[in-house]
Amino acid sequence: MQDAILEGAGRSLEVVAFRVADQDFCFDLASVREIRGWTSTTMLPHAQPYVKGVINLRGSVVPVIDLSQRLGFGAADPGARHVIIIAVVSNQTVGLLAEVVSDILTVSESDLQPIPDIVDARVREFISGVLLQDDKMIRRLDLHTILDQAGQHAA
Amino acid sequence: MSGADKEDIRSSLFEECEELLEATQDGLNAMADDPEDAEAINIVFRAVHSIKGGAGAFGLEAVVDFAHKFESALDTLRSGQADLTDDVIDLLRHCGDNLADLVDNARNGDNASFASSKQLEERLLEITGDLEQEDLPEFNPITISLDADPLSDVGPSRYTIEIEAKPALFAGGNEPAVLFTALRRLGDVEVKAALDAVQPLSDLDVRACAITWQITLTTDGSEADIKDVFEFVEDCCELTIALEDTDDPAEEIAKLGSDLSALGDRDVPATPSLSDLVQDVDEEKAKKEEKPSAGAAMPKAQAARTDASSKAKSSSTIRVDLDRIDKLINLVGELVIKEAMLSQSIDELDMARGSGVSASLDSLKQIASEIQEAVMAIRAQPVKPMFQRMARIVREAASATGKRVRFVTIGDYTEVDKTVIERLVDPLTHMIRNAVDHGLERPEDRKAAGKPQEGTITLSAAHRSGRVLIEVVDDGGGITRDFVRNLAMDRGLISEADTLAPNEIDNLLFMPGFSSKAEVSELSGRGVGLDVVRSAIQKLGGRVAIHSDPGEGATFSISLPLTLAVLEGMVVEVGGETMVVPISSVQETLTPTRNDLDTLGVDSVVLRNRGELVPVIDLGAYFGFRTAPSTLEDHVLLLIASDQGPRYALVVDAIQDQRQVVIKSLETNYQQISGVAAATILGDGRIALIIDADTIMRDLGSSGPGDKQMKMAG
Repeated sequence: MQDAILEGAGRSLEVVAFRVADQDFCFDLASVREIRGWTSTTMLPHAQPYVKGVINLRGSVVPVIDLSQRLGFGAADPGARHVIIIAVVSNQTVGLLAEVVSDILTVSESDLQPIPDIVDARVREFISGVLLQDDKMIRRLDLHTILDQAGQHAA
Repeated sequence: MSGADKEDIRSSLFEECEELLEATQDGLNAMADDPEDAEAINIVFRAVHSIKGGAGAFGLEAVVDFAHKFESALDTLRSGQADLTDDVIDLLRHCGDNLADLVDNARNGDNASFASSKQLEERLLEITGDLEQEDLPEFNPITISLDADPLSDVGPSRYTIEIEAKPALFAGGNEPAVLFTALRRLGDVEVKAALDAVQPLSDLDVRACAITWQITLTTDGSEADIKDVFEFVEDCCELTIALEDTDDPAEEIAKLGSDLSALGDRDVPATPSLSDLVQDVDEEKAKKEEKPSAGAAMPKAQAARTDASSKAKSSSTIRVDLDRIDKLINLVGELVIKEAMLSQSIDELDMARGSGVSASLDSLKQIASEIQEAVMAIRAQPVKPMFQRMARIVREAASATGKRVRFVTIGDYTEVDKTVIERLVDPLTHMIRNAVDHGLERPEDRKAAGKPQEGTITLSAAHRSGRVLIEVVDDGGGITRDFVRNLAMDRGLISEADTLAPNEIDNLLFMPGFSSKAEVSELSGRGVGLDVVRSAIQKLGGRVAIHSDPGEGATFSISLPLTLAVLEGMVVEVGGETMVVPISSVQETLTPTRNDLDTLGVDSVVLRNRGELVPVIDLGAYFGFRTAPSTLEDHVLLLIASDQGPRYALVVDAIQDQRQVVIKSLETNYQQISGVAAATILGDGRIALIIDADTIMRDLGSSGPGDKQMKMAG
């Protein structure tokens, strides 16, 4: 499905761009429900290390994923300046921990480029394409893989 | 009509069918109690007829066919042409069950008939006789001729029909003209509207119908045929049907002529002219005072209608999507939490006691908890439909085992959370089957024991101190303890040296791998034991207990929380995390001294408590929050036990509080976690996990020195 969207060049696309471990990432704005400041989480037992725990989002229990650790950059040490991006993916609400939200961009789908073949499999697993914006390269995250894996591994 | 609309109507049809089936069961029960009860059979007849009508609209032929034959038999019985013997009632019950099955099937999109329908239909025909086989192919919901009337043979007869409509007639969307058209199919019809009672416009009550109709019908049909036309409106209009004696054509024609001229004068069915009305004001007012006002007539008519569709149901109900209620419950839960947070922050402000703020806060708290209770009550449903399902289970089990069983229900209108009811069906079904199959003795054994041959199973529901108590009582042989004990030894569940108290032996029935009947019967020997029943009930936060007196039967008691949305919990602290332990699983709390604890092996600790060795588990270590502390003396132990099964002690750092907590699902956005039942939100807005004491116990049982811990604890 993602590929289909990539191929439909020309249409414009809104993405939210943010920083994790000093790198720029983005995903579709449509998935985002809100962005909130860091609040301490309640630890979940037997969970994968990148599942930071759960927070109370107006009465719902929402798990928070440490993107830095999930993407292999090592655990983040969340502080007051970190943000939690609340996103809805396959009817599940999740929080994604990022360092800072940098921008909301409207880009043309033709600006999205496939990742070069030489990049290792781990990167390809999570990143569905890259966007060149001014002098920055923004990696587009595939939220489904990030969360599916979270579901399968944690037990 | 769009597809979605049709789906809506379809689903409301099935909801309605459910109510009608319930009414059918009620009626059948009333018939069984008092075969003379004419109203009971009418209720069943109407319910079956309505099901037929609804099913006909959706082309559910299997339902329609069967309902039609069922209805015909009922009508024969109603008219007294056949006797209402026990056998017949039994047959009718089977038919009711079969109809429910057909409706269920149709709901799942399967319109096939059952083999059982055919058999039942044949037996129904024995009641009905061959009277009406020929009119089967064509089904018309309005004009069914159900049976031949003796009068129908004597040629055309004239009926005078008077209809006085109640407001409910129109409120129900009925249109008199349609009725007249339907009558015309029976023969020649003349309708005369009596406009005397029509109010002047100034006083006109739009809801009331002041027009009455006089209909003269010349027909070959019977009075029953005419009644059929009015079947759907008979509750909302005054109907008199009289057979006219006159057979003299001349007189008839003269009468017709005068009628016609009267009609001509009047300009049927026009309203009287305005000037007439104005003139008549005073007169009308006087008349009006004599008559009950339309306002008063309205509720009465409505009551009559609902009474027909289902007794004891209040007239002002609405159907609400469950999701909406759940959303409301969530929001109210939120409100309660916010209120707790607010009072916490106000406490921190350290304001003077008795200030306006704290008084307002108290009343806010009060209101919040009242709202919460009221909202929870919305989800509550009477257990009656479930009990009726059980009545069917009893019948089926009884006929499968060849036992005679009387089924008694008590507390049908006890209200319990809908989800609890739904999840209780399976375990309860199992227990009821057990009671018939294993609990009750064979009729000859009962006779030998000096009991009535017919066994009794009582299913009761009642509210007890904030919980629901459901009991399944049989008056059978009770539990043969020697037998149970021996079987448990055979299965390796206990050793010969174990001394067990009578109630401990009874509780062996709930052990996994125990099946009590010597010969596995077709009915309950399905590899599902009472242990499954117990775990299903425990999942609902309930407990199940057994009590038996040899020779006098057994009682299974299920105690359940009223709702799955809140639970009473103990808030504890473990390794810096706050967790909630359901109070129902905590037996006792204690601060251990060095003397109470012993070490077994390298790192297994046991607690000596009341002459028993209880394994100690560190909750923090179990969840991986920390490593087990080296000394337990400054910790608190929670002794965890369910009604049966091994006890164990959980180590926590401190107990903070005991309070009601709102249950929040973890699975909505995450997944199930072993050892965690759900989550909740505490007063500070943070999430705390609610532990699942049973899973922890199971984990312990499988990883620990199994045999010792599986021993029944007292």
